[in-house]
Amino acid sequence: MAYNLKKKLSKPERLVGGHRMCAGCGAPVAVRGVTRALKEDDKAVIGCATGCLEVSTFMYPYTAWKDSFIHNAFENAGATMSGVEAAYKAMKRKGKINEEYKFITFGGDGGTADIGFQSLSGAMERNHDMVYVCYDNGAYMNTGIQRSSATPQFADTTTTPSGTESAGKPQPRKDLAAIIANHNIPYVAQTTFIKNFRDLHQKAEKAIYKDGAAFMNVLAPCPRGWRYPAEDLMEMCNLAVETCFWPLFEVEEGKWTLNYKPKKKLPIEEFLKPQGRFKHLFNEENKHLIKIIQEDIDKRWENLLYMCGE
Amino acid sequence: MSIRERLSGNEAIATAMKQINPDVVAAFPITPSTEIPQYFSKYIADGLVDTEFVPVESEHSAMSACVGSESAGARTMTATSSCGLALMHEILYIAASNRLPITLAVVNRALSGPININADHSDSMGSRDAGWIQIYSESNQEAYDNFIQAVRIAEHKDVRLPIMVCQDGFITSHAVENIELIEDDKVKEFVGEYNPKNYLLNNKQPMSIGPYDTPAYYMEHKRLQAEGMKNAKDVLLKVAKEFENMTGRKYDLFETYKLEDADTAIVVINSTAGTAKDAIDRLRKEGKKAGLLKIRLFRPFPAEEIAEALKHLKAIAVMDRCDSFSNQGGPLGADIKSALYGTENAPKLINYVYGIGGRDVRVENIIEVYDSLYEIIETGKTGETYRYLSVREREVE
Ligand SMILES: Cc1ncc(C[n+]2csc(CCOP(=O)(O)OP(=O)(O)O)c2C)c(N)n1
Repeated sequence: MAYNLKKKLSKPERLVGGHRMCAGCGAPVAVRGVTRALKEDDKAVIGCATGCLEVSTFMYPYTAWKDSFIHNAFENAGATMSGVEAAYKAMKRKGKINEEYKFITFGGDGGTADIGFQSLSGAMERNHDMVYVCYDNGAYMNTGIQRSSATPQFADTTTTPSGTESAGKPQPRKDLAAIIANHNIPYVAQTTFIKNFRDLHQKAEKAIYKDGAAFMNVLAPCPRGWRYPAEDLMEMCNLAVETCFWPLFEVEEGKWTLNYKPKKKLPIEEFLKPQGRFKHLFNEENKHLIKIIQEDIDKRWENLLYMCGE
Repeated sequence: MSIRERLSGNEAIATAMKQINPDVVAAFPITPSTEIPQYFSKYIADGLVDTEFVPVESEHSAMSACVGSESAGARTMTATSSCGLALMHEILYIAASNRLPITLAVVNRALSGPININADHSDSMGSRDAGWIQIYSESNQEAYDNFIQAVRIAEHKDVRLPIMVCQDGFITSHAVENIELIEDDKVKEFVGEYNPKNYLLNNKQPMSIGPYDTPAYYMEHKRLQAEGMKNAKDVLLKVAKEFENMTGRKYDLFETYKLEDADTAIVVINSTAGTAKDAIDRLRKEGKKAGLLKIRLFRPFPAEEIAEALKHLKAIAVMDRCDSFSNQGGPLGADIKSALYGTENAPKLINYVYGIGGRDVRVENIIEVYDSLYEIIETGKTGETYRYLSVREREVE
């Protein structure tokens, strides 16, 4: 069946309005984009690591989640959902439940790539039938924009502030999707919000309905942390993809596929320029740093092309 | 007819788990509790249980998976020791505040550092404020019996709290002793089905668990949690009564040994109680009225009942297999002192740190403790209340 965004949007929302996420935040967009891929009749348990998404969608006594939802702690969303999935298997085997359930858990880049990395790795390696979605906003936003291992190089964050002796975060970002792909699980995808959300939707559908563990790395811009106008969410995602900062790819049963190749790769300045967190890079004395970023992106892009047989 | 067997404490716990046949076990190896998930994995491999085993990559994940599983509606168990329990620490509180009746077998071992694998209560004492019910066991038989009763106590609707059943590393976990097992069907009937009221996989009513809680509600939620803990005492007694009807084995909040007519007593936890009973028998032969109070339920702490049982004594030694580094003694010492506060003519009290890191405790060592109690009675002088038993003054003499 052909993908039709309008039709998909007419499905009942599984994360309802009235939550407390900031205007323009990418995280709920990621959640809705992923959960829209659930068949309407399928039940789901949704998990979430501590972070902006969790504290803003489930503040006692209100929950914005229509499905069963579990938050445990910051660093254990993977292990927690492993337990839920194990319970499902056991209870199904013992005839205590009959319905189809799907298991999806969300975590910010901090909860996923840093403190929750071990828990994620364990859950993926054990191949639980679940989807782990990292909504990557490039820093610990909930605690006030501290750097994470997913923060891009030279970004100004509250723990890597730029100053006379600092040009922001010294290290380039960890390539989480590739690391998880190396767990040899059935499905890994990297995506974001592009045009009619087809890329996100199709990847979510595969991730949810493939047996075994799946991981999705979703770029989810944060207007406060990145310092760009809140209404430019889609434009930020578009620039991330067109500059190859955030390539769209998937790894299905070990096979790497590039899902989109820009006709003309834009220079990284186009992505950096609109964001306040990179403002210092455009000072005369820092211009050489942009070249370093560009080189890193080019190297990663070449490598990805190679992996995808392009 | 009960079954006579010879089992180590670890195998006794694993056997209880097998008979209960929980929905999920998530565990990670650590000496001396490693054998529990090992035995259990073999039961799964041999089709003796139909539990889902989650071989997690750490104890933090073990407890996290237990929280997920129990929230989902599954009866869930795990086992650990020492650093493993310490690594679970953060999630222990979450399990308790979410009112999840997870059953945890703790095989007590010293905490690092320095790293040491032997019997010591620092691990479970470090979790005493986490909101878990804690039961301690002197022998393999008690560990087995306590574990079966624990499920009923934790899951009771007036309690709904996680529970840890503790025993001493190596001393009981690895020593093979005679044990009386209960028939499988009787154990199953005794623990019954787990039927939680709210759970994630309830297809009629979804549930959100683990909210962000504001000051407007947090305190009420904690108070409700405390209420569950308060109820645990009576529930434990009722479960013990039913257990006695089934097995003939009697359990209470604590056990006393020759305490009624005693003038001195020690208060102790786990396997050392056995050694102390031998010491008491020797002392009694010499005409000394020595007695014992052995803690079974430590959280909630049955303070009033303990004070009542101890109030007639002249002098007491509280034995802590753990130091709290408060410069006042150990955690049991502090709790017994506060239990006796307000008791008129309360007994004189000293607090020994003993046996830590697996330091051997022999009958003679316990007799030394009683000797110091008689000295206190004779001289009327308590002296230093915070003492170390069987310790050299220098590393090497
Ligand atoms: C063990 C632990 N350490 C630190 C924290 C504090 N903390 C809560 S959320 C958070 C950052 C979350 O960042 P991320 O995972 O990137 O999600 P975001 O808030 O950006 O959505 C931190 C540091 C915590 N809750 N638990």
